Amino acid sequence: MAEVEETLKRIQSQKGVQGIIIVNSEGIPIKTTMDNSSTVQYVGLIHQLVMKARSTLRDLDPQNDLTFLRIRSKKNEIMIAPDKDYFLIVIQNPSD
Amino acid sequence: MEIVHVYVRRRGDFGRQSHFSDRPAELLVDIGPDPPLADGFIHRDPRDVATQSAQEMSEHQVNTERFESESRGINHVEGGWPKDVNPQEMEQTIRFRKKVEKDENYVTSVLQLGSVMENCIKQNNATDIYQDYSEDEEAADEVQEPPAAKTVNVFRDPNEVKRTVTGLSWHPDGNRKLAGAYSCLEFQKASKDMSFDSYIWDIENPNRPELTLKPVSPLVCLEYNPKDCHTLAGGCYNGQIAFWDTRRGSQPVELSSVEQSHRDPVYKLIWMQSKTGTDAFSASTDGQVLWWDMRRLSEPTERLVLDLSREGSLDAALGASALEFEATMPTKFMVGTEQGLVLSCNRKAKSPAEKIVCTFDGHHGPVYALQRNPFFPKNFLTVGDWTARIWSEDIKESSIMWTRYQTSYLMDACWSPVRPAVFFTVKMDGVLDVWDVLFKQNEPTLSIKVCDEGLYSLRLQESGRLLACGSRLGGASLLELGPSLSTLQRNEKSLVAAMFERETKREKILEARQRELRLKERSRSEQSREDDGAKEADGQEDPEELIARAEADFFSAIDAEIKRRQKEEDKHRVGGVICKTFPRGLFSLVEEEEEEEEEEEERAFQFEKVLKTQQCCCFYFCHFFS
Repeated sequence: MAEVEETLKRIQSQKGVQGIIIVNSEGIPIKTTMDNSSTVQYVGLIHQLVMKARSTLRDLDPQNDLTFLRIRSKKNEIMIAPDKDYFLIVIQNPSD
Repeated sequence: MEIVHVYVRRRGDFGRQSHFSDRPAELLVDIGPDPPLADGFIHRDPRDVATQSAQEMSEHQVNTERFESESRGINHVEGGWPKDVNPQEMEQTIRFRKKVEKDENYVTSVLQLGSVMENCIKQNNATDIYQDYSEDEEAADEVQEPPAAKTVNVFRDPNEVKRTVTGLSWHPDGNRKLAGAYSCLEFQKASKDMSFDSYIWDIENPNRPELTLKPVSPLVCLEYNPKDCHTLAGGCYNGQIAFWDTRRGSQPVELSSVEQSHRDPVYKLIWMQSKTGTDAFSASTDGQVLWWDMRRLSEPTERLVLDLSREGSLDAALGASALEFEATMPTKFMVGTEQGLVLSCNRKAKSPAEKIVCTFDGHHGPVYALQRNPFFPKNFLTVGDWTARIWSEDIKESSIMWTRYQTSYLMDACWSPVRPAVFFTVKMDGVLDVWDVLFKQNEPTLSIKVCDEGLYSLRLQESGRLLACGSRLGGASLLELGPSLSTLQRNEKSLVAAMFERETKREKILEARQRELRLKERSRSEQSREDDGAKEADGQEDPEELIARAEADFFSAIDAEIKRRQKEEDKHRVGGVICKTFPRGLFSLVEEEEEEEEEEEERAFQFEKVLKTQQCCCFYFCHFFS
């Protein structure tokens, strides 16, 4: 429990990190550092995207799997680390 | 006995069905082998015959029906909660979350994911991993691509009865929207069910216009207000001016009164630079140029009648078909007329008679487009009849540069806003020509056939990359220009400036020469009139007399030349005689054995000169050598 907190705190303290969300496989945000409405928006959309990305890779090569997904946009970067049951979403604003 | 007359007619002539009957096959021609003819041929064995066994393919083109797509967004609300948890209840959700956090699986997952994530975050912070490393190399790439343009989109008139796109205007900010004025300019060809609407298109969505404008009469021209991007003004077919605000819907906010407006279609309407940002002026073939304030369209603020005799009578006025206004010179404007003249006018002239400053005469037909070069405002482009001409304000007699007579009528033209040497023209055969005066002057640099029907209007976006042209059947095509046509080349401004100067100077010299010749003619004819009073007016000489005079001039010139030559020869010969008395010792070391007369003469001539200055020395030397 404490390690989880520590990890999240460490991530949060990195330069440019705007928000962290931990989501379970059903799309319920377990932990979040952002406000509720944005969290719900992010979760709903990203969940679908991750599912689609994963299924795409699996269709191309059944032995393959998604390890990390990075979406770079004009304003920031959304990084998604998927796991079997949970995923971790971090929104970072690269400082350049 | 009855007298009967029988005549036969075909059943078909009575409108009856013809009877068909079978007929056995007839042999029409039978050509049998003719042995004597075979002697004329040689038997050839073996022979090469090519065969091919390939799969037979056929090509088909299929065009599916266009499907309409719409973009929509989704708003998410919470969901996914298990059945026993009510998302609205804070307690229940918190309890659920706490339960999950205690899960073993959760802890390990998060720790592992956390470390992976940290790695990426640190990576991001360390350097910009998406940095474009190849950016520097692009600058060194000087490969000149051939000029190219391609069609990006076509916006078709959604109505059944197609109308011509007579005017186009880009949205002043952001250039994402294009307004098109649709009307039918052909005399009495407008059908009763032709719609009057004009449209504003979003360039990303060619399927449906973004906004429909509903005037009382079809719009011939339409312009966005450069100061306020929500307002537009349009000139109608019946001469009225209408003012729209896109936030207020499709109906015009204000409409000018019929009595005070033009009596003919308004061909061009331009917004002016003013403090209020609501002034515009319009021109029409009824011979008037009217100034309006958009807040009060009931009557124009000022009126000018394009009458060259400066009397202000509408009957003698010239119909205006093009208008030009440059914001950097707010008091001057130019009008292109149906008669082929371009009038330069000054708005702030004291009396109406002085408003028309000067005229430029160059076209045989109506001037359909008129625009100053955005980089060199003294030079302007006009298009009319089958040529495009570039003028300089200083030279009023003729244009400084012009294109060849094209095969079809030119309908509109415009300068590129980014390259001073490039301009575009559209023609009645549907071809868009791109002219680059620095590259090729006698033909267009690039000719693109945009569509089969004629193109009537043309507008370039401010960035210089996108171009919209409107056709007769209501299709507005959006073209994107290649980078070589839309980026300023090195030294282009100075080269173009030099070219315009050169051409202007040439025309000036020609003009001056013409004037001189005319003056001479006039003075000569006046003189000859004084000499014998019964002479007719200038230029009325018979061709015979002209020929005789030319001959006489010619022969007298030849005689004079011959006499002059003779005189020179005599002079030389005299010099040569004198020289011969002196021994040629002075020259003998240098001279050749046989020299020609001329050489001798020349040397003798030189010697004569020397002689005159140093006579004694020569004598002395001669004695010495001989």
